[in-house]
Amino acid sequence: MEIHLHREIDKLKSKILSLGDMVEENLLNSIKAVENNDIELAKGVMELDNKIDNMELEVEEDCLKILALHQPVAIDLRLIVAILKINSDLERIGDLAGNIAELVTMKQIGDSSDPLFDFTAMAKLSRGMVKDSLESLVNMNSEIAFKVCKDDDRVDKMYYEMRDKINEEISKTPQKSAYLISHLTVYRMLERVADHATNIAEDVIYMIEGDIVRHRM
Amino acid sequence: MAKELKIITDDLNFYYGEKQALFNISIELPAKEVTALIGPSGCGKSTFLRVLNRMNDIIDGTRSTGVVTIDGEDITGKDIDLVALRKRVGMVFQKSNPFPKSIFENIAYGPKIHGMTDKEELSALVEKSLTQAALWDEVKDRLGDKALNLSGGQQQRLCIARALAVEPEILLMDEPASALDPKATTRIENLIGELKGEYTIIIVTHNMQQAARVSDNTAFFYEGRLIEFGLTKGIFTKPANKRTEDYVTGRFG
Repeated sequence: MEIHLHREIDKLKSKILSLGDMVEENLLNSIKAVENNDIELAKGVMELDNKIDNMELEVEEDCLKILALHQPVAIDLRLIVAILKINSDLERIGDLAGNIAELVTMKQIGDSSDPLFDFTAMAKLSRGMVKDSLESLVNMNSEIAFKVCKDDDRVDKMYYEMRDKINEEISKTPQKSAYLISHLTVYRMLERVADHATNIAEDVIYMIEGDIVRHRM
Repeated sequence: MAKELKIITDDLNFYYGEKQALFNISIELPAKEVTALIGPSGCGKSTFLRVLNRMNDIIDGTRSTGVVTIDGEDITGKDIDLVALRKRVGMVFQKSNPFPKSIFENIAYGPKIHGMTDKEELSALVEKSLTQAALWDEVKDRLGDKALNLSGGQQQRLCIARALAVEPEILLMDEPASALDPKATTRIENLIGELKGEYTIIIVTHNMQQAARVSDNTAFFYEGRLIEFGLTKGIFTKPANKRTEDYVTGRFG
């Protein structure tokens, strides 16, 4: 029984899950900061992002250590490889949350309740995908992971619709273009968040089923 | 493209007296590739290996049922010429076992038994075999020295050269590197990589990483049964059977 290896893997699992919690919380706060135009909250998001970055490095080092010292195979190998990739996707989501928050602190967002935008719906869907992808990881549930992959199409569609709408609006009211572009940027970031959540879900599917489903769905 | 098959067993059972050691083994081993046999102690992998050159015959009370063919020819019959069979199916053991003779004589012994007398021909064969076993450069100036004075790793390569000297088609290796240090182990593993393509190699190893490194195919044995057989890269990334997964990940065995 490779007790050492499995003890290390258990530690690694709980570390990636707490990283996931932090990222999820930060994403939620960045969305709230946009919704309420809350500059203080946005600053907090940017601060926590440093912690997320440090934790990402720690997880990566732990993975490399396990690979070097234990040479895991089969499910253990797939788990480590998946965690390595999930780790960097989580860090990227963290960065995107930080970028959204930065736009708030730069006072570029203003009133997000403009009936032009449906910010809340898209934010909810993207954030839900992050939550679900982490849940599929915790519960080793590929069904939830497959659902996340499907949701990505909905987010993409929302983004493209919003982009067209904003395009149109810019040509109508060019004096509002700076404000409109900032909003488009937020949507773009949420769309990227959904992409990273999809990556996580695909890695979970790989870990469980041993099949690489990327670029297939 | 279908692989050329070298060894095929069909419903092979093997018994040491009353005790059955192998159960219904049906497997098809490709030619000129390396197949690793893995499994916990007592799982039957070494017994299986020794079936392939009838090495078990030297143990009283052993018998087998089922078919074992090499190039389509059944080798389990009573009238099989065992000397000829073992010329085709060479073997290297866990512990190197050079003859207490010179390096040259160790290699030339087999070919001589099989009727080679010409000195020049023998010398050429000794050089070729030692070169194949990656030992030539280390010993070419002292072929008359006692083989037992070589280091452990060199002795093991000498035994591989000795097996190669009779120009076998199949090379059976039973834990060939388990008594060697990492450097000597690497040399043996590199050697296996060089020899495949020319020989069909079956290797028994307890070292899972070694199996993963050197073999094309892996067979997992457990309690006398063949649990899973497939491409090594599959067995070590995505085994189909739960017991295989538990074994290769060190969860039991």
